[in-house]
Amino acid sequence: MNYIENILASASGLRSVRAGSFVEAKCDVILMNDITGPLAVKQFLSAGRKIKNPKSVVIVCDHFTPNKDIKSAENVKFLRDFAKKYKVNFYESPTGVEHVVLPEKGIVTSGDVVIGADSHTCTYGAIGAFATGVGSTDVTYAMLTGKIWFKIPEVFEFEYDGKRGKFVTGKDLILYTIGKIGVNGANYMAMKFSGSVISQLPMDERFTMCNMAIEAGGKAGFVVPDEKTRKYIEGRGKRKSRFFKDGESFKKMKINVTGLDPVVAVPHRPDKIRRARDMNRVKIDQAVIGSCTNGRISDFAQAAKILKGSKVKRGIRAIILPGSQKVYQQALEKGYIEIFLKSGCIIAPATCGPCLGGHMGVLANEEVAVSTTNRNFVGRMGATGSRVYLASPYVAAASAVAGRIISPEQL
Amino acid sequence: MKNKIKGKTYVVGDSIDTDVIIPARYLTTDKPAELAAHCMEDLDRDFRKKIKKGDIIVAGENFGCGSSREHAPIAIKASGISAVVAKSFARIFFRNAINIGLPVFVSEARNGTKTGDLIEINVSAGEIKNLSGKKTYKTQPFPAFLKKIISAGGLLKSLKK
Ligand code: SF4
Repeated sequence: MNYIENILASASGLRSVRAGSFVEAKCDVILMNDITGPLAVKQFLSAGRKIKNPKSVVIVCDHFTPNKDIKSAENVKFLRDFAKKYKVNFYESPTGVEHVVLPEKGIVTSGDVVIGADSHTCTYGAIGAFATGVGSTDVTYAMLTGKIWFKIPEVFEFEYDGKRGKFVTGKDLILYTIGKIGVNGANYMAMKFSGSVISQLPMDERFTMCNMAIEAGGKAGFVVPDEKTRKYIEGRGKRKSRFFKDGESFKKMKINVTGLDPVVAVPHRPDKIRRARDMNRVKIDQAVIGSCTNGRISDFAQAAKILKGSKVKRGIRAIILPGSQKVYQQALEKGYIEIFLKSGCIIAPATCGPCLGGHMGVLANEEVAVSTTNRNFVGRMGATGSRVYLASPYVAAASAVAGRIISPEQL
Repeated sequence: MKNKIKGKTYVVGDSIDTDVIIPARYLTTDKPAELAAHCMEDLDRDFRKKIKKGDIIVAGENFGCGSSREHAPIAIKASGISAVVAKSFARIFFRNAINIGLPVFVSEARNGTKTGDLIEINVSAGEIKNLSGKKTYKTQPFPAFLKKIISAGGLLKSLKK
């Protein structure tokens, strides 16, 4: 059995399972947010039963927080009151964005089965969890029973070898990969990232890659835990980490990264990939650096490297969006915040905000943004006629300085 | 689920994502009627005017890709759409639709069907008839595991049994 089959066999109390079979697996973590939570909780309350394991339930209010209007404030209050009464884990501003916060606090660890009513729950595969996005009703069901049904996914392995260019990041690798296989190229499958390039890739960039597995239709993304994973996990959470054996993948694709350039995904699909250096006709109005995709400390280190001593071009809003309060604090200590302020950036609180066109940094019709987030669908960041280009922190920062989309080497 | 679902079609393309089905700017509510008021508006401003109760969405590949928001199938269902037929569905959307009791079918019916055609889905026979175009398509059968949830009328209802 491979890594995913091993985790899911263990969680379902079965000795052996195979891709394609249906199982009911015990959930270690059940996640919801301020958009999907109210629906899940209302359904739970109307069932009139107890939560099977309150400790496993985690609510993170991050999408419209700090609350953008009365409706979102009411939603968060509803969840806050519920969490208190039912003794489940609850976080709101200033904590940060769910997919940055959960691994950071050790709420999720290796070997876990995690379901989240948020599609980017797949992020936690970077530390060896089987983590997947579901809807609110699935979360209600799991709250009541402690379990959830899964069809065991096939594993689609991507093996990256070769020499990674100076400005080529995990973000470029995943965008390039989605471009190769298309937005449903890994539909229903678990994407495994392997090879010498991945062994060398910092944890933060592994999170970025697993985060975007869903953009290729993936049910999960993962990296089999290695020394780097263990070092990351160490001392974070209270629950025990588990490390499972890996085996054969169903399908495999080899990717040689030598000569690969920084890339962008052009509107309106994450699989429309172009070289960043070929995009300099595209003028931008806004740059967003952060989110659950690229809002970790090494992402801001990359942005700071570009922005140090440079100015954001006049008229352009460059928004720094830390993934968590902790990342914000680290960025402050390392001097990045000062660099960002001096270069003319806006420093946002740790929130989803602009990533989903929620609040702060919403685009008008015809406006263009370069963003380190994960989706560039029609209307994702605001008006129906706005356009979003997805890129790495290097590319987004360089573009903020140039006022149009460029590759960092062109600066 | 009823065994026969008949309705006029509204045909869309590939990779219709959850951001166009129901944009995030409306996600401060989960009331079906409020969501339905904005269903598909970034794709087609007049979607609400064009469709009638009982209409069937017929789509290409990867319908419902993107977010896990259950608000997407809820918005579609509350708009009066009686079923969605697609060449393929994104995983979370498919799961959510089954869970909330919005009938979804995997079929090639998009090939040769145009908006406004009258179609009839025969659930037990696994067949879709285009009554306007006189063509018949197969639907992919549901695994036994899902049939139980569907026949109960959704995931939570299956639990109560
Ligand atoms: S940062 Fe964006 S993609 Fe990530 S959880 Fe928030 S809204 Fe979703």
